[in-house]
Amino acid sequence: MDARLANTWRLTLNEKNFIKTALLSETRIDGRKPFEFRNISINFGREDGSAELQLGQTRVMGIVTAKFVQPYRDRPNEGTLAIYPEFSPMADPSFEAGRSGESAVELGRIIDRGLRESRAVDTESLCIVAGKLVWAIRIDILILDNGGNLVDAANIAALAALMTFRRPECSLGGEDGQEVIIHPPEMRDPLPLIVHHLPIAITFGFFIDENVVVIDPIHNEEAVMAGRMIATVNANGDICAIQKAGEGLSQRVIMQCLQLAITKAADITKQIKAAVEAYNSERALQKIKRETTCVGNNVKGDQNQTLDNRGISELVGKYMERLKLISVESYASQNINAEETKSLRRGTDSNCIKFNSTPLSWDPYSNGIDLEFLKASVASQGLSTASEEKEASGKEKGSEAESAGPYENVNSKWSAVDASTTEMHVIGPKTLKDAVKPKNKRKKKASSMI
Amino acid sequence: MEYVSPEGLRLDGRRPMEMRQLRAEIGTVAKANGSAVFEMGNTKVIAAVYGPREVQNRSQQINDQALVRCEYSMANFSTGDRMRKPKGDRRSTEISLVIRQTMEACILTHLMPRSQIDIFVQVLQADGGTRSACINAATLALADAGIPMRDIVTSCSAGYLNSTPLLDLNYIEDSAGGPDVTVGILPKLDKVTLLQMDAKLPVDIFENVMGLAIEGCKAIANYIREVLLENTKQLEYRRGL
Repeated sequence: MDARLANTWRLTLNEKNFIKTALLSETRIDGRKPFEFRNISINFGREDGSAELQLGQTRVMGIVTAKFVQPYRDRPNEGTLAIYPEFSPMADPSFEAGRSGESAVELGRIIDRGLRESRAVDTESLCIVAGKLVWAIRIDILILDNGGNLVDAANIAALAALMTFRRPECSLGGEDGQEVIIHPPEMRDPLPLIVHHLPIAITFGFFIDENVVVIDPIHNEEAVMAGRMIATVNANGDICAIQKAGEGLSQRVIMQCLQLAITKAADITKQIKAAVEAYNSERALQKIKRETTCVGNNVKGDQNQTLDNRGISELVGKYMERLKLISVESYASQNINAEETKSLRRGTDSNCIKFNSTPLSWDPYSNGIDLEFLKASVASQGLSTASEEKEASGKEKGSEAESAGPYENVNSKWSAVDASTTEMHVIGPKTLKDAVKPKNKRKKKASSMI
Repeated sequence: MEYVSPEGLRLDGRRPMEMRQLRAEIGTVAKANGSAVFEMGNTKVIAAVYGPREVQNRSQQINDQALVRCEYSMANFSTGDRMRKPKGDRRSTEISLVIRQTMEACILTHLMPRSQIDIFVQVLQADGGTRSACINAATLALADAGIPMRDIVTSCSAGYLNSTPLLDLNYIEDSAGGPDVTVGILPKLDKVTLLQMDAKLPVDIFENVMGLAIEGCKAIANYIREVLLENTKQLEYRRGL
């Protein structure tokens, strides 16, 4: 508050009166209607889990990071989620550097209540070892430019960042099965967070009396308005949080605002989802381009098992690479050659299974492979007839039915194969080192890797 | 966990629509201009008001209205586990802000330009609903200090557990993770000034729960009026009028 009063940029009385009289005839100074939201544009950073939101002149950045911590004693099997707002002094003259003022605390608390108390993020899936190790998700919110309505902007930025964030997959392994292995993103696909619903904050500004209401007030309007109400709602029509203080409102007006907020929230949810989807599909495309190199390697590995002639295998590798590229392109152009790629994929599938069958027995702990398939592959090891392999591949397909598209199916399979090969290299030296180093050190090192 | 038994009783033996026992005392801090203790069951809060007085920090002075400041703190012994909480943590900063905004809306600040009003609230015993108790105590203290107000502000919380709306949650019910709606109203004007809510609740149920909380606020308002009236009568008697 101190900063608010000492260093606030104040409007002149004329400007204030102008805004008020204009509002009486349902006009706002930026030409919007009272219940019109400003345009939202979301840009995603190079890293997963960073989003920059532009809402009119307001610019907010949301960055999500994760690390290992010990869980709270009363919630031993839940990960944590914390929000750290930072009001950069460049955004507004009233923001002080270094110290988080009341408005920053309020903003953090509103978003925190919306996200955490309504259980929007599944924190139970962030548990690694109950009572010992969980993921702590940290959302940093940076206000880059204050053009009004920071809460809504920060909330959307936080959601967009959360939805694109991916944490490295980790599993328990080692000799006693208690050691935490963090799989680098090159080996296993990082996992996205589970977000159940999107709580969207909608700010209402009240002027003069309760009958003059606007949605998404800009900076100038915020300086004039008598009261505000922030309703955090999701598209299903649930109210996740409300924050309102000051200026009295009647119950009827509050309920009207809530109804309005729900329709707006559905709108904004659509926009966020579209932006995130666009980002995800682009990300997947980039990933494939990078991964095509490993296709050749895999086929090489295959060759060790079945063929001795290197020249032939290289040829095969190149051929496979080309097939893969074709299949990627065809998916990008929205399944034009669906039939063709399907048959191609079957070819690649059987290839990786052949390759899998031997090294799999090395790594019984890895999550990427299910037990049934393992048994099948071990059984088929001696015989290795084509028909049995096909059966196994069918089984695996069934087990992976949950993964969304056929395209992702291939993708995850490649990465699983990848992991199983590279993991052997990782585990080998690790066991040797463990004989020398204490366990704690190992864990610390693991957490610093992120 | 079962928060409402099949007989319709809550953990502390109340009915879903029943409030905890209220107790209020005015003039508990001798040095302050106005002070009060407010109890809601086991929740006990003390509030003191200083002002209107000269603004301490000149740069904060507002030329057309009074500056209202509020500080909320929780005594270390107020909760079961005696934890030393750092002063100015996020939760208390937020509650301070909320109380300040609520009181600012009911004080006629334009009558006292270039002056400052300080409200200090301290939680002595915490058993859920500290926010509401603090606002009620602050109202009483402001009234005791004789600060002009539009109306008294009263606050009450309501929740929704075991698909039953519950009035005035205690600590166990509050920490159950269910929705918690805190409402503050101006009873004479019938306006809602404070509205805070946690967790998830469909709109229609929310309306019911909010309605219940408003009813609770009105009941508290009646009690606060009685207490104020009693206090005034005593003052009258002491002055020999």
